Amino acid sequence: MTFAVIWFILWGVLWAAYFVLDGFDLGAGMLYPFLGRSESDRALIRRSIGPMWDGNEVWLLTAGGATFAAFPAVYASMFSYLYTALLLVLFALIFRGVSLEFRAKDKRPSWGKFWDVGFVAGSLLPALLLGVAFGNIFRGLPMDAAGYHGTLFTLLNPYGLLTGALFVALFLVHGALWIALKTEGDLAKRALALAGRIWVAAALLVVVFFIVTPFATKLVVNYLVWPWWFVVPALGVLALVMTMSYAGRGRVGRAFFASAATIGLVTATGLVGLYPNLLPSRLDAASSLTLFNASSSPYTLKIMTIVALIFVPLVIGYQVWVYRVFRAKISAQEAETDSFY
Amino acid sequence: MDAVVGLSRLQFAATVMFHFIFVPLTLGLVWLVAWWEWKYVRSGDEKFLRMAKFWGKLFLINFVLGVVTGITMEFQFGMNWAEYAKYVGDIFGAPLAIEATAAFFLESTFIGLWVFGWKKLSKKMHAAAITIVAFGTALSALWICLANGWMQNPVGYALRNGRAEMTDFGAVVFNGTGWLIFAHTLLAGFVTAGFFVMGVSAYHLLRKNEVPLFKASFRTAAVFALAAGILVVGTGDRQGVRVAKHQPAKFAAMESQWETEAGAPYTVFSWPDRRNEKNAFEFLKIPKGLSLMGFHDGSAVVKGLKDIPPAERPPILPVFLSFKLMVAFGFFMLLTAFWGWLEGKRGRLESSPKFLRLMVWLIPLPYIVIQLGWVVTELGRQPWLVYGLMRTSDGASMSLAPSQVLFSFLLFTLVYGALGVVDIYLLAKFSRRGPSPVPEGGRP
Repeated sequence: MTFAVIWFILWGVLWAAYFVLDGFDLGAGMLYPFLGRSESDRALIRRSIGPMWDGNEVWLLTAGGATFAAFPAVYASMFSYLYTALLLVLFALIFRGVSLEFRAKDKRPSWGKFWDVGFVAGSLLPALLLGVAFGNIFRGLPMDAAGYHGTLFTLLNPYGLLTGALFVALFLVHGALWIALKTEGDLAKRALALAGRIWVAAALLVVVFFIVTPFATKLVVNYLVWPWWFVVPALGVLALVMTMSYAGRGRVGRAFFASAATIGLVTATGLVGLYPNLLPSRLDAASSLTLFNASSSPYTLKIMTIVALIFVPLVIGYQVWVYRVFRAKISAQEAETDSFY
Repeated sequence: MDAVVGLSRLQFAATVMFHFIFVPLTLGLVWLVAWWEWKYVRSGDEKFLRMAKFWGKLFLINFVLGVVTGITMEFQFGMNWAEYAKYVGDIFGAPLAIEATAAFFLESTFIGLWVFGWKKLSKKMHAAAITIVAFGTALSALWICLANGWMQNPVGYALRNGRAEMTDFGAVVFNGTGWLIFAHTLLAGFVTAGFFVMGVSAYHLLRKNEVPLFKASFRTAAVFALAAGILVVGTGDRQGVRVAKHQPAKFAAMESQWETEAGAPYTVFSWPDRRNEKNAFEFLKIPKGLSLMGFHDGSAVVKGLKDIPPAERPPILPVFLSFKLMVAFGFFMLLTAFWGWLEGKRGRLESSPKFLRLMVWLIPLPYIVIQLGWVVTELGRQPWLVYGLMRTSDGASMSLAPSQVLFSFLLFTLVYGALGVVDIYLLAKFSRRGPSPVPEGGRP
């Protein structure tokens, strides 16, 4: 196994980790106007992701940084070709972060409303647009030796939008389960019920996604060559079913982990099909960026492997610890008074 | 293509300068907050807890904007500078990826722990959390400065496969240029935080508000700013020597030195005249001064701009002016920090309203000086993107239309402008309000 292959795997793991982790706090953000009926519910939802969202978002930065270091040509093409889409993701993430920090700093109602909009839009846009972006990567980008032949609107094709909707639905389930897990009483009950209802839509989208993908993309080729990889989508479906099964029995913690596994496995399903491409071209196979023609030198990849071997376990270690510190459910009183101020 | 390069440069400059309004205060203030929280842990004196909380609150308002505007910087290397990213990604991507993995995770994870962990952690663990954030921010700055240092002084690479490939990771990590930029930047951040704390404390001392708390804040901040200020000068001197050796065009532009000469004098007042390739006037020369500054050797030869092809010269006037102003303001700040330390030591702070008023007005100065310093470093690097290796005009993305970049630039201007206003509003509001009272039983 070459370093380039290792980095393809790591690249996938970093994206999957990002979707699993930020997935629930983006989901919570999207559900905020629906579940947060009262001011205290809203405070609870914000508080439930308060200690974690920033650390979760760094997985995106790391996935981006790893793409830069390990596959510079992919980084350059992906970010410049998807310029406007990523610009919107960027502004969404900026507004979201600032909203969470500034929301409680002023008591005027218009102030709160403004930052609430920032929080909700800032949660929806990255979920949707990153889904659309990955849908288009699975599908192949309109690029050849002369460069890129598309705009923001070429990305909004039916398959791209389907993947975007799938991401949004999975994150919504994930976020609803998180809120159910971290809160008590009425809010938790409503969140769990909502998770069940959105699950139906998510399940439908997963089924449609799995049916459409072999026709809309070339991802299925790898599965036909190495059929035992079918175990990945199969486990994805199993995790999805387990999510509902646990949620239905009120085992919220397990349902949350099953939902995390679903997101990870759906991402993995796409990446297994993508291999060895990172950015396939739908116009000209020779212009596809693969781990062979777009990776950094073996020396750089070796250095980066050592860095990853040291720091990724360390990061996982302290992030798990932080999640444990904040493992208790949050009471309404705590959400109001136990903030920094 | 030229329009894309121009607009992308404008956008990068605007976004990085905005980002760097928040970074210096973050880099400095976090250490003061950690210091005061440890003082509280050691002494149990609630004054220090309230100090940690008050300054910590201001730190957080500032911190979040530094974080979110930092994401823009990483994205732009790919979005606007794709040709650059392709050409040097093999070596330049590494420090950025390491920054995210080794430093950014650390600060972002432990800041959440600190903000929400007052009742979940022991006092010591809680103070440790902010200390880890402090190390995280410094480590983050180190890797970014190493990346920048490589652009100033590219080392440890070979041109292979049509790109710059890394051959020596050690050379990148121990690149003296990057370390000096880091030290200078970090210490300048300490000075910024020192002046910020002194200024806000002065505001309250003028109003006789929470006098013991703000006197203690002021005195610590004065020592902090003074010590860091002296070291800023020291690292700046070392940087001058490095620039003279590795980036002679930048050095010549900083001093508007047109002729190559041995034992070059330092000209205190002058004005560059680019068209006639000479200075419009020169006043007050210190013999051998420039050779001493650039090479620590009075007889050393300083390369003049005339011996550098016009196509390889940076824009002279802005680099020259920024450098001169940075140095002048820098020494002025060092003097005021010394004065503040003296006033605090002699216990005369409350009886010097004029001095206190000056300190309130000086809050913005370190920010301006730091921006000037970066103008020298980055504009002085032009026309190179990577000094001597790749021109800025060759680095921009080929797939972009000027309209796309114009749109994003206008959007950044609009959004960042609004965020800047909100940030100043909140900082001013919470600075004026002062520390919150401690409820009974402590540990609010």
